[in-house]
Amino acid sequence: MTTEYTERIATKNITMIQAINDGMRTVLERDPTTLILGEDVGKNGGVFRATDGLQEEFGEDRVIDTPLSESGIIGTSVGLAVNGLKPIAEIQFMGFIYPAYDQIMTHVSRIRMRTMGRYSVPLVIRAPFGAGVRAPEIHSDSAESLFTHMPGIKVVCPATPYDAKGLLIAAIEDPDPVLYMEPMHSYRSFREEVPTDYYTVEIGKGKKRIEGNDVTLITWGAMVPLVEKVANQVKGRGIDCEVIDLRTLYPIDEGLIAESVQKTGRAVVIHEAPKTGGLGSDIVSIINDTSFLYLKAPIERVSGFDVPVPFSSLENHYLPTPERINRAIEKVIDF
Amino acid sequence: MEEVYPLKQIIDDHGNLVDKSSKSLITRELVQKAYYHMYRIRTFDKKAKSLQRQGRIGTYPPFEGQEAAQVGSALALEENDWLFPTYRDHGAMLTFGADMTRTFLYWNGRLEGCQPPEGKHIFPAAVPIATQILHAVGASWAEKRKGTKNIAIAYFGDGATSEGDFHEGLNFASVFQTPTILFNQNNGYAISVPFERQMNSKTVAQKGIAYEIPSIRVDGNDFFAVYFAMQEATRRARTGGGPTLIEAVTWRTGAHTTADDPTKYRPDGIGKDIVDPLLRLERMMKNEGYWDEEFIQSTRERIEEEIDDAVKAMESYPKAKPEDMFDHVFAELPEQLVKQKESYLQLLRGE
Repeated sequence: MTTEYTERIATKNITMIQAINDGMRTVLERDPTTLILGEDVGKNGGVFRATDGLQEEFGEDRVIDTPLSESGIIGTSVGLAVNGLKPIAEIQFMGFIYPAYDQIMTHVSRIRMRTMGRYSVPLVIRAPFGAGVRAPEIHSDSAESLFTHMPGIKVVCPATPYDAKGLLIAAIEDPDPVLYMEPMHSYRSFREEVPTDYYTVEIGKGKKRIEGNDVTLITWGAMVPLVEKVANQVKGRGIDCEVIDLRTLYPIDEGLIAESVQKTGRAVVIHEAPKTGGLGSDIVSIINDTSFLYLKAPIERVSGFDVPVPFSSLENHYLPTPERINRAIEKVIDF
Repeated sequence: MEEVYPLKQIIDDHGNLVDKSSKSLITRELVQKAYYHMYRIRTFDKKAKSLQRQGRIGTYPPFEGQEAAQVGSALALEENDWLFPTYRDHGAMLTFGADMTRTFLYWNGRLEGCQPPEGKHIFPAAVPIATQILHAVGASWAEKRKGTKNIAIAYFGDGATSEGDFHEGLNFASVFQTPTILFNQNNGYAISVPFERQMNSKTVAQKGIAYEIPSIRVDGNDFFAVYFAMQEATRRARTGGGPTLIEAVTWRTGAHTTADDPTKYRPDGIGKDIVDPLLRLERMMKNEGYWDEEFIQSTRERIEEEIDDAVKAMESYPKAKPEDMFDHVFAELPEQLVKQKESYLQLLRGE
């Protein structure tokens, strides 16, 4: 016998950027040790309005406008975090995270290991990323594999408003540093019902967005809605795609990938970042390690090219397009 | 700028008290404490160099010549303060309360060496340059937010002032008025690059002006000059006066590390006129009537014994376990790391 019941929970129909804002508000209310640091996060409420209204509500002491200084933001966050606080540091665009890379690589990700757990850095670094919004140069980078390759930090990347809030709260509650990548292309592109209260989405778990039997499409971030669209289109031609939204890029949900590929025997990985050294290569390796004998065709990757993200006039040629994804699907089906 | 930031001295090279106004502040207890710690870290440093030559520890960066700067600064701290050292500041760490066996263990490549005694806030030594300045600013900012009187000290060298993190650290400390001591040991060289090539400015202290941070330039080989400057700076920090930049002008007597040969880049005879800080203290003790043969002998014996015991403890420490490499990267190991660990341990077990 199964019991079905619906728990009535209050929800709001909101965008991803509103869900991120709501996630931060939720933790600022619940946990007095949390604080937000970043450039323009206070009075201005963030260049994307992610922190809109938070300084007004929680004060200048909790939502702090810092100098324009990425290494300064992350480096001082290390000191704050080892001394009992939980900083949520905003890097205005992922393309500006590079000055802080040294701090993240040599300290944020290593302090727990170096001190055998005596000190830890429960820090969340929020960074909008990705192309397709006609932003100026450098503003559109997808640098996730610089961090998935870095031992000692988790990397998450929501694709929907619901996951954005739940993953953000989970990231803040995590005892270790988490890079929280925000697909800026999806900030306001659609709405979803999001619980108004506290909830979390487990770090390390991907999600099957569409069930299918013929080919597994693995992706994350702003590529998820695009890939879903393509999956729905090819369904009309009789190709049954399974779409996996990884949600966490480290530690990656290997079980979910293996289970799906073992069912479909075919896989296409889609990401915005350049191909060489991109996370797609790791996913191919995971499939190789777990599901080699199930494969019916070589795995395809649709990604950005090995070029710096081009100026906005060409960014749509750089990003994976429905045509390229279609071509890859056909290739693995027709093999 | 050397006129704006003259080198503050309390005792000169001959051990004469040149700042008579400090006479009343110098007590027998303070002098003996200074001697004890300077002799202790000097002996530790010598021992470490000799252990490295015998292959009993790894590459080691000596701090000989910088004992007055390290002891003078660390002794001015209070129990609950935070210390953010570089790899050349284990003298300051030991003075502040780091465990000697663990300090040897660190230089023998052991993680245990980064663990401070329970309740003591000593960060692991920063190996990149200047990064720890920001950590000290952050940790002391947290203390300020909590409303305590605790402060943090960041140690850094002359080379660090060329790094972005030095400037970002000073700026954050200034903007948020954090209770931070920015303690520069200007020891003349960053590996092979001399001070004059590191910067065109004549002092480090003057860099405080740009950030509205009070700064002072002291003779870093004069324990008392360092100690009293630190006292003023810590008082300011504890009472809401914000950060202070202290430039302690000192001298790295030896090599950058045991893997370095300074004769390749240092002109012959350079530094020969610099009077060793411990010798200077001894001269002062003799001149001012603090020399007590019995105290000196018993102190030296006590220290030799402590160091011998620490070396023995380091060498008899249980062997490092391969598990340790995996177990502390995250609070809870992700599945992939568990798999990597298990498969390697199986291989080691011959399975």
